[in-house]
Amino acid sequence: MALDKNGIARRIAQELRNGWYVNLGIGIPTLVANYIPDGIDVEFQSENGILGMGPFPFEGEEDADLINAGKQTITALPGASLFDSATSFGMIRARKVQLTVLGAMEVSDRGDIANWKIPGRMVKGMGGAMDLVASAERIIVAMQHSNREGESKLLSACTLPLTGVGCVKKVVTDLAVLDIDPERGFILRERAPGVSIDEIVAKTAGRLVVEGEIPEMSL
Amino acid sequence: MIRKVVANADVALEGIQDGMTLMVGGFGLCGIPENLIAALRQRGTRNLTCISNNAGVDGFGLGLLLETRQIRKMISSYVGENDEFERQMLSGELEVELIPQGTLAERCRAAGAGIPAFYTPAGFGTEVAEGKEIRMFGGKPHLLEHAFDADFALVKAWKGDEAGNLIFKGTARNFNPMMAMAGRITIAEVEELVPAGTLDPNSIHVPGIFVHRIFQGGHFEKRIEQRTVRPRA
Repeated sequence: MALDKNGIARRIAQELRNGWYVNLGIGIPTLVANYIPDGIDVEFQSENGILGMGPFPFEGEEDADLINAGKQTITALPGASLFDSATSFGMIRARKVQLTVLGAMEVSDRGDIANWKIPGRMVKGMGGAMDLVASAERIIVAMQHSNREGESKLLSACTLPLTGVGCVKKVVTDLAVLDIDPERGFILRERAPGVSIDEIVAKTAGRLVVEGEIPEMSL
Repeated sequence: MIRKVVANADVALEGIQDGMTLMVGGFGLCGIPENLIAALRQRGTRNLTCISNNAGVDGFGLGLLLETRQIRKMISSYVGENDEFERQMLSGELEVELIPQGTLAERCRAAGAGIPAFYTPAGFGTEVAEGKEIRMFGGKPHLLEHAFDADFALVKAWKGDEAGNLIFKGTARNFNPMMAMAGRITIAEVEELVPAGTLDPNSIHVPGIFVHRIFQGGHFEKRIEQRTVRPRA
């Protein structure tokens, strides 16, 4: 069965490594913080100026001066630090942040990503996404395998305006975990429990490499 | 000591004219100079270009100046929370330039640091790169981006003193320090204005040299855009 949003977040959380600084985008990526494996210490960065971001506050303890990049009220954990936006993107461009997780509308089999603009619709802006994808050491995209119209979001080339080129290395969808090798395309690594390889093949429009046994995700 | 204190927001805005370019601090509604925005609305200054990460919401923040059609152009990274904004943008009344957030921050910082331009990897291969010089550093393409030039910077700090020194709180710092450094004239509104000598010089985030006018805001609503809480166990 295809994963729900929490399942995708749970699988991505397995990629976290001890000592990493991590930036989580809005949507499914935010949920990753709920599934940090035991024994793994990571620190969350929010690009509006905090390292050591904690969970949402208890009711009545919200602070208008403490929000994340999604403008949600948050808390600061022991060891947290606060800084300005230039410093924040400085640490992003200088690759001090080991992992960026963000959503996407389309990903290409060369690692291009489109996630900020649909021509003809109201454009809200790229926020920090272009800075993050241009510089991040590791980018994992969290998204549904197909869009609402049932069309594949894993393409040979993005059709929407790009956010970044050749930057995505891993995609976790409701159906599969895939690495991206710009030479060969999407490399199928794992499938969601009960999801067949045939279904993943049918729903992947870009080049897809299926080699050997493809294990089910263990969640 | 050079005294920077002015009586209130309206006095602080003296010299702002139609058609000027303003930097306005804040991220979402967090750390916005709400007293200066209200006073600017009162003054009715028009055809403004505003450099600000976001454009407020309907009825608050820069949304107040959009309602009164005082803004001609927004330079921002993300503007999605505002129906009036959307209406004016789609009808062509409002010009919008969207810039990657880190580039926006750095173009402010560069302006306040005497750096005319810089290279950044953000936006390479996208429409943001159109018409810009591309140069390779370490085998990776970068775009040439220029420092902003703003007539006034309107910023908000937690505490400030008579000498214009500023301290921020929480994530309300965001774009305020770089914008304070960048403005030809920088106006700071603070929640608490204290006598010189009260703030620990070790703890100053923005030295008073960058701040030309400072006042204690009369009222801070500090509206929360997305109130999110967790249940008590």
